[in-house]
Amino acid sequence: MTETEETGVAAGTTDGTDASADAAPLLKVRGLVRHFPITKGLLKRQVGAVQAVDGIDFDVRPGETLGVVGESGCGKSTMGRLITRLDEPTGGSIEFEGRDITHLSPGRLRPMRRDVQMIFQDPYGSLNPRHTIGGIVGTPFRLQGVEPEGGVKKEVQRLLELVGLSPEHYNRYPHEFSGGQRQRIGIARALALKPKLVVADEPVSALDVSIQAQVVNLMDDLQDELGLTYVIIAHDLSVIRHVSDRIAVMYLGKIVELADRKSLYEAPMHPYTKALLSAVPVPDPKRRTQRDRILLTGDVPSPIDPPSGCRFRTRCWKATEVCSTTEPPLVALRGGHKVACHHPENAPESVGAGTPGTAGSGG
Amino acid sequence: MGRRRRPRGVKGTVTAPIETTGAAAEAQPEAVLQGVESKKIEGRSLGQIAWLRFRRDKVAVAGAIVVILLILIAALSRPVQSWLGLDPNSPNQDLIDPNTTLPKGDLGGMSLDHPLGVDPKFGRDLLARVLEGSWVSLIVAFGATLLSVAIGTVLGVVAGFYRGRVDALISRLMDVFLAFPLLLFAIAISASLQGGAFGLEGLPLHISVLIFVIGFFNWPYMGRIVRAQTLSLREREFVDAARGMGARGPFILFRELLPNLVGPIIVYSTLLIPSNILFEAALSFLGVGIQPPQASWGGMLNQAVKFYEVDPQYMLVPGLAIFVTVLAFNLLGDGLRDALDPRSSR
Repeated sequence: MTETEETGVAAGTTDGTDASADAAPLLKVRGLVRHFPITKGLLKRQVGAVQAVDGIDFDVRPGETLGVVGESGCGKSTMGRLITRLDEPTGGSIEFEGRDITHLSPGRLRPMRRDVQMIFQDPYGSLNPRHTIGGIVGTPFRLQGVEPEGGVKKEVQRLLELVGLSPEHYNRYPHEFSGGQRQRIGIARALALKPKLVVADEPVSALDVSIQAQVVNLMDDLQDELGLTYVIIAHDLSVIRHVSDRIAVMYLGKIVELADRKSLYEAPMHPYTKALLSAVPVPDPKRRTQRDRILLTGDVPSPIDPPSGCRFRTRCWKATEVCSTTEPPLVALRGGHKVACHHPENAPESVGAGTPGTAGSGG
Repeated sequence: MGRRRRPRGVKGTVTAPIETTGAAAEAQPEAVLQGVESKKIEGRSLGQIAWLRFRRDKVAVAGAIVVILLILIAALSRPVQSWLGLDPNSPNQDLIDPNTTLPKGDLGGMSLDHPLGVDPKFGRDLLARVLEGSWVSLIVAFGATLLSVAIGTVLGVVAGFYRGRVDALISRLMDVFLAFPLLLFAIAISASLQGGAFGLEGLPLHISVLIFVIGFFNWPYMGRIVRAQTLSLREREFVDAARGMGARGPFILFRELLPNLVGPIIVYSTLLIPSNILFEAALSFLGVGIQPPQASWGGMLNQAVKFYEVDPQYMLVPGLAIFVTVLAFNLLGDGLRDALDPRSSR
């Protein structure tokens, strides 16, 4: 919808201009759709679809961290699995470094796997209990046929050290480690092949709060050190705020707001974002009384049969007639702050829907 | 250690839950680990842990010892016989009272020469026959178990891993096999192959037929267990992780899934063996398994039935042999399950 001028793949060569908004995106997602069919009866007749991800557009620029937030079931994890191509999109396109990877076969995808890695949510489920740590972290080398300098073992031990584990742990098994340590092992594995893009699906939500900080800070340090690009999916706004450069807010399979961190946290435009932010616990009891919490009523509508027009209208206190008839496009308003709303907050009244943003995002 | 802690703040303020920038909190778990990490402490694999757990289970260890003894006896029974010049299958009419066809002497002809007595009508040494029957029983049980485990594991893993139509096909196949009137079929096959087939005859033929019949119709039990385990394993994140690194199907199957299936496969094979021993005995008892004069536990029971009023201990000997063997394997299997069960080991 927006940024139509940028679609040319040739733009992928303009890497050296400057590392700001107009550098070629590392990952470019357009109109991404994933519907899970619901079948019924013996003949597997399709009677509907769970519209987990329903047309989302975003870019990930080299070196940045894109945070994705949203309630449970809003499709953010599905989105993560789609851009790492663990799942097959129903529609839309995904371009990685200017190359369309939307429907590549597993064989053709294999070289790309080296550059895109994933950190998983469950530190207990993501490591094979039957393999040693050395085996687990060394698997990417074996699978990709990469022979690191000095041999796999040495490289694995270097990686373990990099994530703050002792190289002595090489011959141990996952069950001997705590959740935080396991997550570090998962990070070491993800970083083994020096990926360009790391997609982290709720990397810290399964961890103890004190350990969350360790892991988040570790990821942060590694980004500076190795020049990584992150897409971090989380439902914890504080974590997202801590790590992200830009943030995408998802609701029912759509991105409703996409802006850089400062702009989003200081002046959220979408009512949903505002409600989300107002729900963040405030540790200071004095300040707690000052804020006005917005309590959303009702449940998230079913993604099988989402509301017409704006999907948030059923729970939105600003909803009007137009919200139920017209779906608001994700447009860039002030300073590249993109929002999909007919009645955005913190915005000049004159801007409404219908005027697609003039290129560029960021700021 | 070589971890640097730069002051952060470039990334903006930290809110509520992640306020711990403290290097102390960061370094602590490693420091603790370093302390614990004396050179003696070695990483233990899940297998080693299972072994430790198994060793503590006295009943299971007893079962394992009996099983090992049985296997030794079975393996050594033929060599020992030929060394002693015995043949447990040839009759010795000197020990039989020609009028009653019962063994001479008390208690079924027990004596120092024949500690368990001799069988009526033929005068063959019962101890020798029980030992002779042990290797027949075990070889049939092991062979049949191996066959069903092989078929069941392969088809179960394939069904669970590929799901969809492959799964539907294999699952229906399992249903068909489970619905088969196994006993009738076994009787029919064994009876029709009695004369000789596949270039085999006599004992080798009977053993092969038993292995085939028992093994080929028991695989769905194994298949279902393996399929269910595979279905749950393939949803674990480490499978996604492997796929995300570019792993192909076979790699995921053999390197990621199969090592996790070894436990249940071992446990259920150990529990399958005693049921196969019983099945072999049943078939031989019915006269369609091992044929006389070859000694087999089932066959001995069959004969003993005719004499149970006058010579009850004839029945006791093969009966006890079956009982002890099946019990030992079951205890071993239960112990293995407790030691290897993923639910108790996380």
